[in-house]
Amino acid sequence: MDDRLDIIKKKKIQMTVVLLIMLLITMGTSRLTEFNFIEGFQSIPGTIGWMAANLIPGAEAMENFSKVLSKLWETIVLSIISTTTAGLFALFFALFGSKTTKVNGPLAAFSRLIASVFRNIPVVAWALVLVISFGHNVVTGYFALFFTTFGFLVRAFIETIDEASMESVEALNATGATYFQMVFRGVLPESLPQMVSWLFFMIDTNIRSATLVGLLTGTGIGYLFDLYYKRLDYETVGLITICIIVVVIVIEFISNKVRRLIL
Amino acid sequence: MQQVLNKEPINSSVEISKKVQKGEVILKVQDLYKSYNRGTPVLQDIQMELKQGEFISIIGPSGAGKSTFLRCINRMIDPTSGSIVFDNTEMTSLKKADLRKQRSKIGMVFQHYNLVSRLSVFENVLHGRFGYKSTLQGVFSLFSEEEKELALSILDKLGMKEFAYKRCDQLSGGQKQRVGIARALVQQPKLLLCDEPIASLDPNASKIIMDHLKDISETMGITVLVNLHQVDVALKYSDRVIGLNKGRIVYDGVPEKLSNSAIRDIYGSEIEDLILE
Repeated sequence: MDDRLDIIKKKKIQMTVVLLIMLLITMGTSRLTEFNFIEGFQSIPGTIGWMAANLIPGAEAMENFSKVLSKLWETIVLSIISTTTAGLFALFFALFGSKTTKVNGPLAAFSRLIASVFRNIPVVAWALVLVISFGHNVVTGYFALFFTTFGFLVRAFIETIDEASMESVEALNATGATYFQMVFRGVLPESLPQMVSWLFFMIDTNIRSATLVGLLTGTGIGYLFDLYYKRLDYETVGLITICIIVVVIVIEFISNKVRRLIL
Repeated sequence: MQQVLNKEPINSSVEISKKVQKGEVILKVQDLYKSYNRGTPVLQDIQMELKQGEFISIIGPSGAGKSTFLRCINRMIDPTSGSIVFDNTEMTSLKKADLRKQRSKIGMVFQHYNLVSRLSVFENVLHGRFGYKSTLQGVFSLFSEEEKELALSILDKLGMKEFAYKRCDQLSGGQKQRVGIARALVQQPKLLLCDEPIASLDPNASKIIMDHLKDISETMGITVLVNLHQVDVALKYSDRVIGLNKGRIVYDGVPEKLSNSAIRDIYGSEIEDLILE
């Protein structure tokens, strides 16, 4: 009985200490960076006021609407193409990297390593490196998105495969099925819905990333954003932002519909 | 379980001895030894001969090596040493293509059914034919009319014909297991390995499954090797019971001779401490 009370007391003390440490870290870092909470919060109403006054697109900004749409379309297509092609490559690497469907150990380790390298280099870094070799064009943006998407999808697909099809793979192997029979008739039917939903997730992530990448490579909606931002045409910048938000929401909506359809 | 117990015994010992004499040896295991990473052995000194049409249960506590033994037979797990001769072929030295061919003659039934849950019953049953197909035929589901008819007749036999076009995730556990058995039977196997086939089923479904397995061994002449947790079920259905403890065979004989002391050897505890029904 005493022991149990002690444990409860101990936990309470631990919690208090953890909380105090967190508080100290927050205060310490804000002192170091000269970030003032009160000032920060006080500036919020002003910021909202400024955004309302400057970022809401008026009639003048709407004149740029068709230009925004065509660049936005470019960005959407770029993210879809980079995601689907990356998805195709990721599927093979995931099959070789997954515990359930690996061909052999070294190949599995190799494909996991490759994916990890591609995944852990941020998309901005890819864009900056690739812009040197490919120049300011769509290809740079495509490869930057392709590489990070590929890295991420390999990981996501591996987990999907391991989760969804461990048992049926065992059964199919026991019947004497070949590797590709097992993959196409066991693994894919079982994990396809989850994979498609990862693809949609990456498409809408990539539309947001493409904006950033476009800013660096001078293509797509990101380029336009940068252009009007530097011209201090904040209304058009607002228009672009709203358009991106709408597209991302629409894609999420479609992805939910499709998922429900194929599940 | 009451139902299972109330049923009339299926075999008299006279019938058993007749069958054992009649059947030819289809599986011969010698000196089988398995250990993971050179640790403590999971299986050791396993000697066993199975004859055609026999119904054999393997009983033993969890971790005794029952599942590992079953999977060593069709090389889902590679044994460390020893010999397994199935249908006049040494299994342990087989390379990929030959192993596939041998596996197609061994059906396997799993505790968790291991079906592709998003495909229909019919498709799952036809998966049992993959061992006889080329990769492309399998990938594109190109099955002959005879194969489809075989699949349907087996489903009919197991009382699952009306569910043929249903998706497997809509079935109950007992129905899923019958699909699992159908998939194994469509292989037209000589040996059926069943890994805890009724461990996730209610008593009613368990009885249906065990009756089907018994029927398969009697009418189709297929050797059925079943891992079981339920001693009473093993005694009821088997021609022969094998007791496994810590990777060793501690009993091998007819169920009638399985004494309380033998059960103690298998489970390592007094008979009074076990739930047998």
